[in-house]
Amino acid sequence: MSDVLPLQDPGLATEDPGAARASRGGSIWKLLRERPSALLGGSILIIFIVIALLSGWIEPYSTNQQVGPVFGHPSARHWLGLDDSGYDMVSLLIEGTKVSLIVGFAATLVSMVIGGGIGMISGYFGGGTDTFLMRVTDYFLVIPDIPLMMVLAALFGSSLFNIILVIGIILWTGTARVIRSQVKSLRERVYVKRARSLGAGNWRLITRHILPQVAPLLVANTVLTVAVAIFDETALSFLGLGDPSKVTWGSIIEHAFERSAVSAGAWWALVPAGVCVAILTIGCYLLGQAIEDALNPRLKVAHLTTRGFKVRPLVGREKGAS
Amino acid sequence: MKRGDYVVKRVVFALITIFVAITLNFFLFRVLPGSAVTNIARVPHASPQLIHSLEREFGLDKPKWEQYLLYLDNLAHGNLGISFADQQPVSQHIRQDLANTIPMLSLGTVVAILMGLVSGVVAAWRRGGLGDYASSGVALFLYSFPTQWLGLMLLIFFAGLLPAGGMSNPFAFNQTYVQHLEDLLRHMILPSLTVALTLYGGYTLIVRSAMLETLGEDYVLTARAKGLSNWAVIRRHALRNAMLPTVTLIALGLGSIVGGFILVEVVFSWPGIGQAAYEAVVQRDYPMLQAVFLVLTISVVLFNLLADLLYLKLDPRVSE
Repeated sequence: MSDVLPLQDPGLATEDPGAARASRGGSIWKLLRERPSALLGGSILIIFIVIALLSGWIEPYSTNQQVGPVFGHPSARHWLGLDDSGYDMVSLLIEGTKVSLIVGFAATLVSMVIGGGIGMISGYFGGGTDTFLMRVTDYFLVIPDIPLMMVLAALFGSSLFNIILVIGIILWTGTARVIRSQVKSLRERVYVKRARSLGAGNWRLITRHILPQVAPLLVANTVLTVAVAIFDETALSFLGLGDPSKVTWGSIIEHAFERSAVSAGAWWALVPAGVCVAILTIGCYLLGQAIEDALNPRLKVAHLTTRGFKVRPLVGREKGAS
Repeated sequence: MKRGDYVVKRVVFALITIFVAITLNFFLFRVLPGSAVTNIARVPHASPQLIHSLEREFGLDKPKWEQYLLYLDNLAHGNLGISFADQQPVSQHIRQDLANTIPMLSLGTVVAILMGLVSGVVAAWRRGGLGDYASSGVALFLYSFPTQWLGLMLLIFFAGLLPAGGMSNPFAFNQTYVQHLEDLLRHMILPSLTVALTLYGGYTLIVRSAMLETLGEDYVLTARAKGLSNWAVIRRHALRNAMLPTVTLIALGLGSIVGGFILVEVVFSWPGIGQAAYEAVVQRDYPMLQAVFLVLTISVVLFNLLADLLYLKLDPRVSE
């Protein structure tokens, strides 16, 4: 992959860490001002995070106690009605927001550590290590995600911790590829070569000179992966592999299906959870894309894979592997 | 010959991937501590003799590498094991399931590709206009809804109009062939539509950005300067070149199609391979789960290979 990086960005290329930080902080504001989609996406994400943080205080009712009639209609007391056991839907949704976001962010963290690490090692050291690691990535890329998750979750059991781990160890491939290609070109940049000739070791080069430069890309990738992780959690929950003791958006949808909310006409037990997933996904998508576009004008010509939100270059994927 | 090299490289890659999947399958199910097969031998209150005979039956008393060879040997003969749930050979079950899944999934995918092509081209052509915002917006929303949720919403909307689940009317008998086909199609509409809608969003976005890319190229400008009609410019120049990234991305997204149709089959109780996977999980029927995983992985790998070869046809430059 012949990446051309925006060399003209003086703030990012500078050696002075203070100036670089200031410029990065400034560029976030610039990003939000110039791209309304980034502002919209960011606000959506922040609103959900605030709801999750305040969940203990703003849930109007308990989430494990019957507070009204089974499948009670939406009313002034219960804005979104009640579910199949008479639990308040608003409270369930707020609780679901919290747990779904925990799953999303924690699984993303796992996948960023694996994917970022592999991409970094692969791109930085190159040669045989690179070829080997990218081959492994290619194999994992082809194996379908959801069946592998089903197998892993069925074998290891479905506690919340396991779910996070299972999703995390499946989503790393895209990140590994994006980070690798970026690191590969960063390694050849003049300031890195200069630091190396001044005697900087691999560790120092990676942590002080390369990591700060890929950090924005990692952030963009994180935002996009959070949405996919939450999406995958709803799928696992629906297939009966969720943590039965936790309320997530996925488990709310699964409950509505299992207890036939559809044939009972109780749309309120089903619709809001799906809408929440969709709004969060769109928010993450808008923000992540905006960051990526701003980072690298060349990525504008890259495309979106179905369901994966993986951004890849126009030209075939083989070139980068060897 | 370079072209030949490319084909050989892709085929070898596909074969290795399949082999990796097979091996992964073996390790996941047999080698990890506390995994499926070891659990069988842990029957409560079992006498040592029973445990021993069970271990013998599943070959657990042999060393791991011998078990692995035995497993490969069985696979080579198409023997995927016996289902825990109904004591029938898994391979027979899976063949029937695949036969049920393929028509439903193909219908949905083809519809999605056609709709995605049309709306992606419209969105790119009317970039920044109302048509663009409308079709990209709808696409982004459809792309973001969980598959199972979309399916359930369709169930709500079409309740009473179309059958809600299964593949055929269980109460119909003495049907003619035409009646049977009609019944099957009626059952197929909702699951296929769900598959189509979930894929449609992604395809629209892919086609749109691929088209935007080619529409900015010099050869499109040349084609317009020659006085070609809009339609000819799109069809002969822009869309043809936009097919390259589109095919790659559709191939890369195959894995997610698999995830999607499993959910769809569960929602509509369509007796296909996704439903089989779900039941295997619920009943902890490991031989079945193992076989489903293998079959799905191999099909995705083969379709990827197909896309790679198609890519060669679309763009001879890739072999260089």
